[in-house]
Amino acid sequence: MKTRKTNEVETPGSGADTPEPRDAMGRPITPRKTEMRLGREAQARIGQQLRAMYEAVVNEGVPPQIEELVRRLSEQDNGAA
Amino acid sequence: MKLDPAIRDQVLGTVPSLRAFAISLCGNVDRADDLVQETLLRALAHIDSFEPGTNMPAWLFTILRNLFRSEYRKRRREVEDADGRYAETLKSHPEQTGRVEFAEFRNALAKLPSDQREALILVGASGFSYEDAAAICGCAVGTIKSRVNRARTRLADLLAIDGVDDFGPDRATRAVLAGGGRN
Repeated sequence: MKTRKTNEVETPGSGADTPEPRDAMGRPITPRKTEMRLGREAQARIGQQLRAMYEAVVNEGVPPQIEELVRRLSEQDNGAA
Repeated sequence: MKLDPAIRDQVLGTVPSLRAFAISLCGNVDRADDLVQETLLRALAHIDSFEPGTNMPAWLFTILRNLFRSEYRKRRREVEDADGRYAETLKSHPEQTGRVEFAEFRNALAKLPSDQREALILVGASGFSYEDAAAICGCAVGTIKSRVNRARTRLADLLAIDGVDDFGPDRATRAVLAGGGRN
């Protein structure tokens, strides 16, 4: 039982056309910060790091043993067909 | 029948990006190169099912991803602890992860669930459209979009990228970004 007495009687939902969303404990539900969209700046930085990391491998080109494998296989008669 | 040299060159042209994708999946260069070789063996044995003029990179990436997934499915214990093992690999063999200077970023990447990690790499680094990435992963376009968004948010958290100044202690990464990244 609440002891606070004021002229404003707080009755859930009273006087409001669209009641504020509440959780099971009656607290107002506010959007969670972590679900907010990332800023443009942060997205750009992540994108840059990601591409720099990826490009470092791409710039290594085709390893010799892989190139040899592809050339050998492509010269082979693919008897299955 | 011998392979059309134009097709062979398309395959070879895709290898560098295919390797980068494989390394980001495995977290280990040697295993990644094995995976790439297995992918190429499989692809060239079934080259008839590739339609000339369609997207060669998307075709090869799909084969590689499926091989990677089925390899993990065979070894159940690895499935359950795939992400933990990935992180361990990075810790114990930093020299095997391609580029030591991206250690901080790779470590953060390793903490993402694997489906978010692959979606982010395909869209953000390999340069696939959301549609191609969805086809490669066998899921809906909306699923890829939400995985990419969640991956970015989590990475920003892990790397503490929220302000203009705080960009983590990784000096090499700073240098790379200061030197380029305008393209």
